[in-house]
Amino acid sequence: MTTPLLSLSGLTKAYPGVVANDTVSFEIGVGEIHALLGENGAGKSTLVKMIYGLVKPDSGLMKMHGDDFAPVDPRAARAAGVGMVFQHFSLFDALSVAENIALGMEAPPPMATLASRISEVSENYGLPLSPDRTVGDLSAGERQRVEIIRCLLQDPKLLIMDEPTSVLTPQEVDILFETLRKLKAEGTAILYISHKLEEIRALCDAATILRGGKNVGTCVPRDTSAREMAELMVGSTLATPKGAAHATGDVMLSVTGLSAASPSAFGMALKDISFEVQAGEVLGIGGVAGNGQDELLGVLSGELPCIPGMVQFQGRDLSGIGPEERRGLGVLAAPEERLGHAAAPDMSLTENAMLTGMAREKLSKGGMLNWARARDFAERIIADFDVRTPGPHNAARSLSGGNLQKFVIGREVLQRPEVLVVNQPTWGVDAAAAASIRQALLDLAAGGTALVIISQDLDELMEISDRFAALNEGRLSAPVPTAGLDVEQIGLMLGGAHGMEVAHV
Amino acid sequence: MIRLEKRPQPSATMSWATPLLAVVATMIFGGALFAALGKDPIEAILTIFWEPLFGEFSFFYRPQLLIKGAPLVLIAIGLALGFKAGIWNIGAEGQYIVGAICGAGAGLAFYPTESIFIFPLMILAGALGGCLWALIPGFLKVRFGTNEILVSLMLVYVAEQLLASMSLGLLKNPEGFGFPGSRNLQQYPSAHNAEIITNTGMHWGVVAALIAVIFSYVLLTRHRLGFAIRVTGEAPRAAKFGGVNPARLILFCLGMSGLLAGLAGMFEVAGPSGQISIDFNVGYGFTAIIVAFLGRLNPLGIVAAGLLMALTYIGGDIAQSQLGLPAAAIQVFQGMLLFFLLALDVLTNYRVRFGTGEVA
Amino acid sequence: MDLSAINPILLIAAMIAASTPILLAAIGELVVERAGVLNLGVEGMMITGAVCGFIITVNTGSPTVGFIAAAVGGAVLSLLFAFLTQVALANQVASGLALTLFGLGLSALMGQSYVGIKPPRTEATPLGPLADIPVIGPIVFGHDMIVYLGLAIVAATWATLKFTRVGLVLRAVGENHDAAHALGYKVKRIRTAAIFFGGACAGLGGAYISLIRVPQWTEGMTAGVGWIALALVVFASWKPWRVLLGAYLFGGITQLQLNLQGAGVAIPVEYLAMSPYIVTIIVLVILSSDKSRAPGSLGRTFHASG
Repeated sequence: MTTPLLSLSGLTKAYPGVVANDTVSFEIGVGEIHALLGENGAGKSTLVKMIYGLVKPDSGLMKMHGDDFAPVDPRAARAAGVGMVFQHFSLFDALSVAENIALGMEAPPPMATLASRISEVSENYGLPLSPDRTVGDLSAGERQRVEIIRCLLQDPKLLIMDEPTSVLTPQEVDILFETLRKLKAEGTAILYISHKLEEIRALCDAATILRGGKNVGTCVPRDTSAREMAELMVGSTLATPKGAAHATGDVMLSVTGLSAASPSAFGMALKDISFEVQAGEVLGIGGVAGNGQDELLGVLSGELPCIPGMVQFQGRDLSGIGPEERRGLGVLAAPEERLGHAAAPDMSLTENAMLTGMAREKLSKGGMLNWARARDFAERIIADFDVRTPGPHNAARSLSGGNLQKFVIGREVLQRPEVLVVNQPTWGVDAAAAASIRQALLDLAAGGTALVIISQDLDELMEISDRFAALNEGRLSAPVPTAGLDVEQIGLMLGGAHGMEVAHV
Repeated sequence: MIRLEKRPQPSATMSWATPLLAVVATMIFGGALFAALGKDPIEAILTIFWEPLFGEFSFFYRPQLLIKGAPLVLIAIGLALGFKAGIWNIGAEGQYIVGAICGAGAGLAFYPTESIFIFPLMILAGALGGCLWALIPGFLKVRFGTNEILVSLMLVYVAEQLLASMSLGLLKNPEGFGFPGSRNLQQYPSAHNAEIITNTGMHWGVVAALIAVIFSYVLLTRHRLGFAIRVTGEAPRAAKFGGVNPARLILFCLGMSGLLAGLAGMFEVAGPSGQISIDFNVGYGFTAIIVAFLGRLNPLGIVAAGLLMALTYIGGDIAQSQLGLPAAAIQVFQGMLLFFLLALDVLTNYRVRFGTGEVA
Repeated sequence: MDLSAINPILLIAAMIAASTPILLAAIGELVVERAGVLNLGVEGMMITGAVCGFIITVNTGSPTVGFIAAAVGGAVLSLLFAFLTQVALANQVASGLALTLFGLGLSALMGQSYVGIKPPRTEATPLGPLADIPVIGPIVFGHDMIVYLGLAIVAATWATLKFTRVGLVLRAVGENHDAAHALGYKVKRIRTAAIFFGGACAGLGGAYISLIRVPQWTEGMTAGVGWIALALVVFASWKPWRVLLGAYLFGGITQLQLNLQGAGVAIPVEYLAMSPYIVTIIVLVILSSDKSRAPGSLGRTFHASG
């Protein structure tokens, strides 16, 4: 066998209280697409940060082409031929595509030259992108292209991609895979991080699976079943949530011709959205982030204003009614951003329980707060939703992502809402916790609550929703029953009219 | 290599220890400053912190502690409400001036009538004046998104000019032989904010400060409005999600801090100062910012910090007359205190670690 | 009242001079804010520059050395702010206020034995016959070097931000410090450099007041110019040339009200003296609707979490 492009041996990195990577070793060959597979918190991010020079390993050795490789910073890693496309794009909204790309290069050519090279590369690899556009105005897929082109301009030998398809429509995924195969053919190796097994089986030559910071196995994805890989990844078999056959009832929430501006400069306005949700029904709203999800949740929770008549609860107009009063009526919500939106990071869990529980849990009387009751409520959430924390006096930010998510979902579920709107219920949560959250939501629906679940995870929506609609560029497709939908149809719904142009380039 | 590591949650120990450490550090560096000015540092520090409390003339200085401390505490309590919510009223000095003008104006309008209603009316006028002055930046922020820091500060300069205009014009003492300045309210019994108990420094402003402390303590710990203030400061989006109306909160915080600053100005002009004059304001509105931070925006902490600051004022005066220490040295001393406090505050939220770590 | 006592040519020339301190302080703060840092200590750095420049000029007899000292003074003070916000990760608003309060006290202490002294005159730039051209001469060519230096700094700042790599990196750090860090840029180092530059500019602006505009030393003599400079950066939507425009507007109003005071207009002096501050508020109100131009990371504390 020839010398591998990159070989890792015994990489270890510990943070206070957690060993993120424990003696991880594997190799990536030249022109190989190598999958790095694992659940959230398995140590994938830390590992690639070490390769990219953002984090220094405590011990262990990296070799590139047989020579020692220990990048002190990302610059050194890039100089050695490593490029990285981040999951959360490290882009600058207010700057142009060309400026963004220049920032990621060691010695960028003059702007005019750079612009023409960008056009050239984008054409070669089938990634249409205009160098003059302001990045803040681009769609998620286009933003990803900026990152990819930035890397490609430096002729990387190894391209690291962190969950690249999580923000793409199925059609955009196809375009991306074409590009990656072309790169492979040219001899570029790709380290592909994902937890989507079918994708990996379709694309990758080899896979390394991490669990709890350890390498638990390497396999050839084409020859391994998705089930085998999943069991390696999770370490146990999973229970899939079971929904009772929903007896749907009266219309609880109805949205009619909803249009609303976005509060942020690079946000997405909502355009003429209409839907209804009945008691006991789960409406799943899919779509790539940045297409109006935050705005829709804001209007439904009462954080953003809307025109009278657009949003009604049991026939009652909700315009001009704030979040607090809506909770009193039974309309609850759980936003996507856990830290800073759903919860105040530096405040205790008791205080965070008070944040939304005030009205329905009767935590205040005549304006005076009852902290004892709030603590009881917080303790109930912790117990019922298996939130791992020493106690309700701990700050929200001290919880892991999954535990905090269980807390904020549990906080709303335990209030027995009439209508519950959730944005990204299981984002960044490990599989076991995700399953328990989904089960709690299904139980809530079985009890007669009308649920609106906004998510980017299509598998999740297919699993728990009764009807499905796609949000694209602030517009919502007409909801259709989930039963019998296939990926192609969903892709078309998600792409919308605008997405189609991109898809057919 | 030294690096900072974020604590999973703020350290309770450090949160009360840092103000004390800051005071100690300020004494050390302040002492060095005094030494550089050619004064004996130990003697200077003792003169500032010991003389007023336990020195030969402490019977005279101790009441001063209340007289100087009350306006600082009163203003700082109001500022802390806003600071906690991330609403930065730094124009308390202006609200203090306007409160004094309105309070004195309301009293002088009735001169020389004597009535028990005059003093309460002056309190109302002072509070209202300060409140309205602070609501200008509040209203502009809510309506137009204007930065309240800059507007409230600009209004200090406007208020100072207004004060000059009042001392030279409308409120000028007609029997003052042409000197600028209003009639002396100390000589107008119905309007005089006299000491409640003689020679204690205890005047109605001190009572108001105590009420404000209790009020804000209850508000912040027990009332939903106080909770709204705290959540807004910690995480504005979470507060909005929780149902806080940001506009109303801005108006409340600015209005309340202006009201308290206005009250402070009114009690000052009707009591210790006695008259509206061009140099009526001595910077309480700015020093109160230090008091608010030094007290960790906590009502009880503010009482301690206010008294400490009052002490540096009084001790500074003594050091000025006895040691020839320049008045500005005390100002530097106070500024230093805020610096050390902010610098040491990092220990509350972060651990300092030595040794190699992440690539920066 | 005698408005004819106001000579329009001298008035315009004086307006340009009056705008220079604001211009210098504002262009420095613009760079700081473009790097994502809100330094509210401009007033404190200006007054420190004013006193440093004054003391050194009086002692050396050279305004040039004095101005250099002023820039150094302002910059050194700004390093305190850089320490608080970049190393100790303190709140930027509170740290800026601390800097102003400290600077006001420090300058009063340093300058106490200099009250009432007249500093050596700063000469007009020797531009020879150009200054003798009627009308244009006194308005354009009759100024001291600092006026031209101010204009040069504005032009240089504009060109640097727009065309150079340094400018691009600075803007990137101000837009999104996490992304800049991920790309390997030294966020804190770049910000500290920007703060330092802002301090030097504010110091120069302050010295212009104590050495040329007034010229003498009095406590608190900057009288809010630093705060107006902060407002001006918002007014300018963080664009260098608009800072110049705004500085001329504010300088113009300040000078005009001084001339009106001198001419004995029937408006009380106090109300004229309020006008620059009130105009600042009005301008802030008009321009606050457009916040979209503000740097994305402005005022946020950066800490690399690894």
